[in-house]
Amino acid sequence: MAWTPDQPLIQIKDVHKSFGAVEVLKGISFDVAKSEVICVIGPSGSGKSTLLRCINALVPIDRGSIMVEGQEVHDPKLDKLALRRKVGMVFQQYNLFPHRTAQQNIMMAPLHVLKQDRHEVEARARRLLKKVRLEGKENAYPGELSGGQQQRVAIARSLAMNPDVMLFDEVTAALDPETVKEVLVTIRELAEEGMTCIIVTHEMGFAREVAGHIYFTDRGVIVEHGPPAEFFVKARDPRTRQFLSQIL
Amino acid sequence: MQAVWNWFRWLHETTGINLTIFYDAFDRHRFFDGFLTSIELMASCLALSIVIGLVGAWVQGSSFKPLRVAVGGYIQFFRNTPPLIQLYFFYFALGSYITVHLANGQTVPLINNFTWAVICLSFYAGAFNVEIFRAGIEAVPDTTVEAAEALGYSRFGIYIHVLLPLAFRISLPALTNNLVNLMKTTSNAYAIAVPEMLYVSNQIWSDNLNVPEMMNVVLIIYVGLVGLFVFVMTRLERALRVPGIGL
Amino acid sequence: MTPAPRPEQARCDLAVVLPLSPALDPARNGGARWPLFHGYRGLAGIALLILAFALTQAHAQTGPGALSIIATIWKWTPLMASGFVLNVVISFLAMAIGTVLGTFLGLAQISQLRPLRAVSWFVTQFFRNAPWLVLLFYAMLLLPFQLQIGGVAIALPDWLKATFGLSLPVMANMSELVRGAIQSIAYGQWESAESLAFTRWQTLRMVILPQCVKRMLPPWMNLYAILVVGTPLCSIVGVNEAMTLTSNALAAEANHALLVPMYLYLLAWFFLYCYPIARWTVALERRFAIKG
Repeated sequence: MAWTPDQPLIQIKDVHKSFGAVEVLKGISFDVAKSEVICVIGPSGSGKSTLLRCINALVPIDRGSIMVEGQEVHDPKLDKLALRRKVGMVFQQYNLFPHRTAQQNIMMAPLHVLKQDRHEVEARARRLLKKVRLEGKENAYPGELSGGQQQRVAIARSLAMNPDVMLFDEVTAALDPETVKEVLVTIRELAEEGMTCIIVTHEMGFAREVAGHIYFTDRGVIVEHGPPAEFFVKARDPRTRQFLSQIL
Repeated sequence: MQAVWNWFRWLHETTGINLTIFYDAFDRHRFFDGFLTSIELMASCLALSIVIGLVGAWVQGSSFKPLRVAVGGYIQFFRNTPPLIQLYFFYFALGSYITVHLANGQTVPLINNFTWAVICLSFYAGAFNVEIFRAGIEAVPDTTVEAAEALGYSRFGIYIHVLLPLAFRISLPALTNNLVNLMKTTSNAYAIAVPEMLYVSNQIWSDNLNVPEMMNVVLIIYVGLVGLFVFVMTRLERALRVPGIGL
Repeated sequence: MTPAPRPEQARCDLAVVLPLSPALDPARNGGARWPLFHGYRGLAGIALLILAFALTQAHAQTGPGALSIIATIWKWTPLMASGFVLNVVISFLAMAIGTVLGTFLGLAQISQLRPLRAVSWFVTQFFRNAPWLVLLFYAMLLLPFQLQIGGVAIALPDWLKATFGLSLPVMANMSELVRGAIQSIAYGQWESAESLAFTRWQTLRMVILPQCVKRMLPPWMNLYAILVVGTPLCSIVGVNEAMTLTSNALAAEANHALLVPMYLYLLAWFFLYCYPIARWTVALERRFAIKG
C-alpha cells in the first residue's frame, strides 16, 4: 500500500464532519492528482473552508478518510507537523504575524520548524518576495502593506516550506476589488508551474481560467463537478444553475 | 442547631481544629456581628460609590470648566494615593476637626469610624466609577445623542433616557470588577477599628490562638461573597443584554 | 466556519487594571479637556494644590506656628523617605515575584490539560477575590520566621513575608492579564502558525507571546501602580514602611496641628510616584492604540 507518485496526491473518501448538531460535511469524496488544480465553489456555509482545514488536520474529521501522499490524515498517530510541511495553506484573513516584517514572516517557519540554514532561508525568502512581486518590501510590517500585498506575503510564506500542495481558502474574499487581481495572478503563475492547488473561491472567472476541475458543494455534499468548460456551460443540477445564475 | 455546634466542639476535641465561632456562643455572636458589619459596609459603599460615579460622570460632561477640573483633580488624587492613608487622613486628621460639643462639655467626633470608612471607601471606588461610566458614555455613538437632541430631549433627558441606559450596559463588566475591588478593600476599615469581619476575627484569634482556622474562615467567606456578587452581576449583565450592544 | 476573532482589546477582569477611560484621553477630547491635569504640568499642579492646602491648614491651626510645622515636617522627611524606600523595594520585589508566578499561572490557564486548567483557574480566582489585607495577614501569621533549607536557617524578616503576601494578588491579576492577552490574539494567528507546522509551544513563544507583551504592558503598569498604593497595608502588620514611620513621627511630636499636613505630605509622596506612571501608561496606550 505504499504511495507512489503516480497515485493521486490527495484522496478524500466519504468525509463527515459536524460542529455540535450541525453537520457541515456529509460525505465528501474526490481525488487530486499531482499538479492538478481544482476549484471548490458553492454558497457560503457549504463546508468548503472546513474541508480545507480537514485536509491540513487543523480540524479533525468524524468519519471517512483523507490521504495525503498515502498518509491517513485522520490517523491519531499521524505526525501532524510532517503533514503540514507538505501542505501549505493560505487564509482569507492573511493571518500574517503582525510583529514580524514581511521577510521575517516568510523566514520564521523554515528557520524554526525545518531548522534550515539562515543564509539559505534568507536567500529563498528574497526570491519568493520577488516571485510575488514584492521586491523592496522585505522590511515592511504587515500593517504597512495593503491587503493584496499581505496576501501575497502569506502565499510566499507558505511556499517557503516547499509544500507539495497548496490550499487557498477564499484568499481574495477580504480584498479590495482592485487588489484581487494581483493575488489571482500570483496563484495562476503557481498553477502554471505545476503546483498542486485546491482553491476555494467565489471568483468564477478565475476558476474557469485556472481550474482543471471544478467541484460545486452545497450543504455539505458535492452537488456537481466537471472540467470548467463543461461545468459552466452544461450544469444540470438546479442548485448549481441557481448558484451560477446568481453569481455570474 | 445545637447538634451542629456540638459537632464543631467534637471536631476541636478530636482534631484540634478550633472553630470557636461555631461552638462558643460569645464568639459566634461577635463573628456574626462582624460579618453583618462587613455586609453593611459593602452594601453602603457599593451604593454610594455608584452614586458618586454617576454624578461625577454627569459633571464631567458639563460645560462648566471649574467643575470638570475639580472632578478631574478628585479622580487623580484618589487613584494615585494609597486608600489606607486616605482612610487615616479622613478619620484621624479631618475627623478630629469635625466634632460636636456635648452639653456636659465633652467633645466627640461627629462622624464615627464606620461612617468615615463608608465615605472614604466610596470616594475611592467612586473615582474609578466616574471613569468607568465616562468611558461607557463616550462609547455611545455621537449620532445617537444627536438623534435624541433632534427629538427635543434636554441634556438631562438625554443623560437619563439615552446615555445612561446604553452606557450602563457597556460599563457593566468594568463596573463589576471595580465593585469587587471595593468589596475587598472594605477590609481596610480594620485599620480604623471598624468592627468588621477581619477585625473581630483578629480579636477571636487573639483570644483563642486559632489563627490558621480563623484566617481560612475569613478568606473563604470573602472569596465566597465576592463570587456570589460576581455571579449576580453576570446574571444582571445577561438580563440587560440587548442585541448589538455590549462588548 | 472560521471561529469569530475575539475582541481585539485585551480584556482584563480587574477593573483597576483596565486601561484608563477615554474620558481621560486628551487626544479624544481635542486636548482641551484637561488643561490643569495634563502631563507633568498637571502633576505639578496637583502637588502644589495639596501642599498649599496642607500649609493653609497648618496656618489656620497654629497661626504663626506654620513655620514651625514646616520645620517639623522637614525634620521627619529623611525618616519618612527611608520608609518610602522600603515601600518601593517591596513593590519591586512583589511585582517581580507576582509577574513570574502569574505568567506561569496564566499559561497554565490556557493549557490543553483540563485538570491543570481547572486548578490554575481556581487559584487565580481565589487570590483575585481575596482582600489584600487578609492575604497579608495570612502571609505574616502563617509563614515561619525562618526557613530551614538543608540545615541552613534563612531568616524571613517581616517585610519579606509581607512582600510574599502582596505578590499573591499580583500573581493572580497577572495570570488573568496573560490569559486575557493570549485569548485576545485573533484565532487566525494560531491557525496559520499551525498550518506552517509550528508546534504549540513554538506558536506561543514566537507568534502569540511577542504580540501579547505590547498589549499587556499598559495594564501591567497599572497593576504596578495599584500595588504601590497597596504597600502601606504592610504598616498594619508591623512593617516599618513610610506609613508606620509617619505614625511614629506623629506619635513622637504629639502635636494635633501636625495631623493634616503630615498625612497630606505622605499622600503627596505616593502621588508624585504614581501619577507619572499613570500618565506614562495612558501615553503608551494611546501609542499602541494608533499602531494597532
